[in-house]
Amino acid sequence: MLLQILGLFSLLSMLAIGGGAAVLPEMKAFTVGPAPWITAEQFGQIYSLGQLAPGPNMLMVSVIGYHVSGMAGAALAMIGFFAPAGLLTFFAGRAWDRLRDDPRRAALARGLGPVTIGLMLAGAMSIERTVMQGHGLLPYAISLAVLAILGRARVNPFFLIVGGGVVTLVAKLAGVP
Amino acid sequence: MSEDGSGTPRVGLGRIFRAFLLLGATSFGGGVVAYLREALVVREKWLDDETFIQGLELSQILPGLNATNMSVYVGERLRGAAGAFVACLGMMLPGTIVVMALGILVAEHSKGWDFSTVLLGVGSAAVGLLLHTTWRLAQPVVCDAFDVGIVLATFAAVAVLHLPLLAVLSTVAPFAVWWYRPVGNAARPEGAVTEEPAGRHDSARDVDGR
Repeated sequence: MLLQILGLFSLLSMLAIGGGAAVLPEMKAFTVGPAPWITAEQFGQIYSLGQLAPGPNMLMVSVIGYHVSGMAGAALAMIGFFAPAGLLTFFAGRAWDRLRDDPRRAALARGLGPVTIGLMLAGAMSIERTVMQGHGLLPYAISLAVLAILGRARVNPFFLIVGGGVVTLVAKLAGVP
Repeated sequence: MSEDGSGTPRVGLGRIFRAFLLLGATSFGGGVVAYLREALVVREKWLDDETFIQGLELSQILPGLNATNMSVYVGERLRGAAGAFVACLGMMLPGTIVVMALGILVAEHSKGWDFSTVLLGVGSAAVGLLLHTTWRLAQPVVCDAFDVGIVLATFAAVAVLHLPLLAVLSTVAPFAVWWYRPVGNAARPEGAVTEEPAGRHDSARDVDGR
């Protein structure tokens, strides 16, 4: 089981082109799939939890590992998800600097850009399906409000994330369906 | 080290660790890049803007998270392997402690407390934030109909058709990179080549020498 955790997150690590959101659909498919480690609801909750923590936004893989195999699972999920990509960056950094003026470098950046955007949108949709669907219109109103506020003002995203949680809590306490 | 040792100051491992620990504790919600630039370029002056953007480009192209890839890239420049390690560790430590504490709290006490209501709002806000970040990142890289087509094809393949990510990455990504391959003599790089609008690529595509 521990090896499976290490293997899965290493694989996801190498597929995460353009950031963590890119592998959310794949991560969900594997962890809540045919032989589920966690439920889809837990996956959504763990993702949301991760948004409350500072730093890189996929640290929540540790919690998935924890659900599967306790602290050892958490550690292996982290090593699997962060070590391979980190090592690759380490060794690629020097080569990258030498390619400073190589037009192939520009082609790589230019071509992968739109792919990254598509993957991020797919990641957003995966979370929407897991977290928001089936809870009425309020979650969508919160998403749109956050989008509108960030489009207009410089606000620390942390307050918006916490604010979202406060809104649903108050709505629940006030008896809004 | 020799290659750009002139521009890169030698910094103590403790200082690298502390700087990244602070970054890991204070950056929130995908905006890590802005925090990184503020800390590394403006405050510590460890990098100039050009090097920063170069590292960011690499971080985005390579698999893995931008924040940790940037930590490795910057840490390596400052102090080699040890620098990369402490930078990455500092970046991840605060958030890992927070998320593990929250995760265990929810996992062990979910019967007594209902966290799902709060997490519903948190997740919904996070989707809004993710869409905002996506929109901002899309500005410089999605410029024409071809780019929009790649965005939609990637999105549809993953989110609608549920194709394996590896299959999508091994087809769409090489195609997109091939589309923007250097035109003409690669040994004679011009500044214009890097930022050239795709429209000119289209017309020049037929005369590509490769």
